[in-house]
Amino acid sequence: MSSTILQIDNVSRVFPGVRGGAPVRALEPTNLQVAKNDFITILGPSGCGKSTLLRIVAGLDRPSGGRVLLNGREIKGPGADRGMVFQSYTLFPWLTIAENIAYGLREKGVPKAQRQEIVASYTEKVGLRGFENHYPKQLSGGMQQRTAIARALANDPEILLLDEPFGALDNQTRGLMQELLLGIWERERKTVLFVTHDIEEAIFLASRVVVMSARPGRIKADIPVELPHPRHYTMKTTPEFSSLKAQLTEEIRVEAMQAEGVH
Amino acid sequence: MPRPLEPVSQSTRITLGISFFVLFVAAWAFATLGGFVSRTFLADPITMVQDGWLLLTRFGFLSDIGVTVWRVVGGFILAAIIAVPLGILMGAYKTFEAFLEPFVSFARYLPASAFVPLLILWAGIGEMQKLLVIFIGSVFQIILMVAVAVGNTRRDLVEAAYTLGSSDRGVVRRVLIPANAPEIAEILRLVLGWAWTYVIVAELIGSSSGIGHMIIDSQALLATGQMIFGIIVIGIIGLISDFLFKAFNRKLFPWRLA
Ligand SMILES: Nc1ncnc2c1ncn2[C@@H]1O[C@H](COP(=O)(O)OP(=O)(O)OP(=O)(O)O)[C@@H](O)[C@H]1O
Ligand SMILES: [Mg+2]
Repeated sequence: MSSTILQIDNVSRVFPGVRGGAPVRALEPTNLQVAKNDFITILGPSGCGKSTLLRIVAGLDRPSGGRVLLNGREIKGPGADRGMVFQSYTLFPWLTIAENIAYGLREKGVPKAQRQEIVASYTEKVGLRGFENHYPKQLSGGMQQRTAIARALANDPEILLLDEPFGALDNQTRGLMQELLLGIWERERKTVLFVTHDIEEAIFLASRVVVMSARPGRIKADIPVELPHPRHYTMKTTPEFSSLKAQLTEEIRVEAMQAEGVH
Repeated sequence: MPRPLEPVSQSTRITLGISFFVLFVAAWAFATLGGFVSRTFLADPITMVQDGWLLLTRFGFLSDIGVTVWRVVGGFILAAIIAVPLGILMGAYKTFEAFLEPFVSFARYLPASAFVPLLILWAGIGEMQKLLVIFIGSVFQIILMVAVAVGNTRRDLVEAAYTLGSSDRGVVRRVLIPANAPEIAEILRLVLGWAWTYVIVAELIGSSSGIGHMIIDSQALLATGQMIFGIIVIGIIGLISDFLFKAFNRKLFPWRLA
């Protein structure tokens, strides 16, 4: 058993009612331990509180109860030790691709020469050589998300948080992006928390899939994925993969039906 | 037939823009030279150009233009230096906004021209008074518009900056300001246009130089050609400053067009 880096301790979140309505219980008290170098995907139906949980870990939202510990220290707010990639495109439009990737390094006060070196290495890793001086608007959605991943990684965070980063991409691009991200993880062994509602994506990337229940969200199943690394997209057609997929599809189906009020 | 939102080519744009000016002058010439309007009330274009030439060559109108431009630019820069930082602070910090916003909203509706008599009392009829009229007319507008722009910054960009390790000050300096810089430049361009109307009002009363002063002098002589020339000069200067501002913004904020 490797060491715990992130510990989610009875974290819950209740949003106050909108215009006198009933408060929304987005997240039931939730527990999760993330070991160093884990790649955890969080799978759940829409509205089950995945983003809420991730935002709490990022420090962008405060839990109503419980706490989150990173390396034993309670999280009080956002910080460079937790890199985040959002579902929406959040590159800074006034900065070029290279400047976007360098953003966190500049905030940290990394000297220019070293900054350029790191930026060059990550531009290479996400396959954006030749686009350093483009502005985000001049890039496709997939390229923008690759830049966002590079921007988060360049900061060398303890843990990388991704909230459906490929949700807006077409299937082919999505597959390529999964392989790219997995390749980086296999080489650098980052700790990753990845939110998705795509079952194949969840299995393909994960060393552990955490399934969340319909709202109010809580963790319903925690399934290790023992598929060997390095993984190739052809793995998606193996019997092991298919049986995991069948198992998770069943878990999710029940939840989705509950979310829609079907019994 | 053009279709909605369909862009036009640069050359068509210029041709169309100029042709309206031509049309306008033609209508004016037709009305005056054709004898439909009395010369006492409206000079014809030819008289206007002659009067204007005389003003420039014989009566030192160029220095009047210079004085007016300096007043507008001086008062405007003074206002911008104070208003832009205040607006950014108000947009970024809500306590600051709660403190200042009601007053600024109120002060914004105080007519700058109504301050002219008071300002003469306070500051005399020197340059200070002219600058203050422009200043009062511009400063509250800029503060409020900048505050609104900064307050509407995309939240997800601010959140992204925090997760990349920005401090609160870092977010102001490296997200709120650059994200809104083009909009702030656009606000300044707009308010500079308004400043031109205030300066003339300031020069109509208690002034011995400037375009506004020339217009008032010409009124006593019923020299409508000169008056119209003065008004047109203001329009042309406005057009030029607008053009420069736009060109400058394009150069400064290439990402906007990217
Ligand atoms: N700021 C907020 N104020 C009030 N309610 C909120 C707020 N943010 C989220 N919620 C509620 O919390 C619940 C969980 O939202 P969340 O965004 O975490 O879902 P999700 O699992 O990420 O869904 P999706 O897959 O569609 O992104 C939703 O029912 C939503 O209505
Ligand atoms: Mg979400």
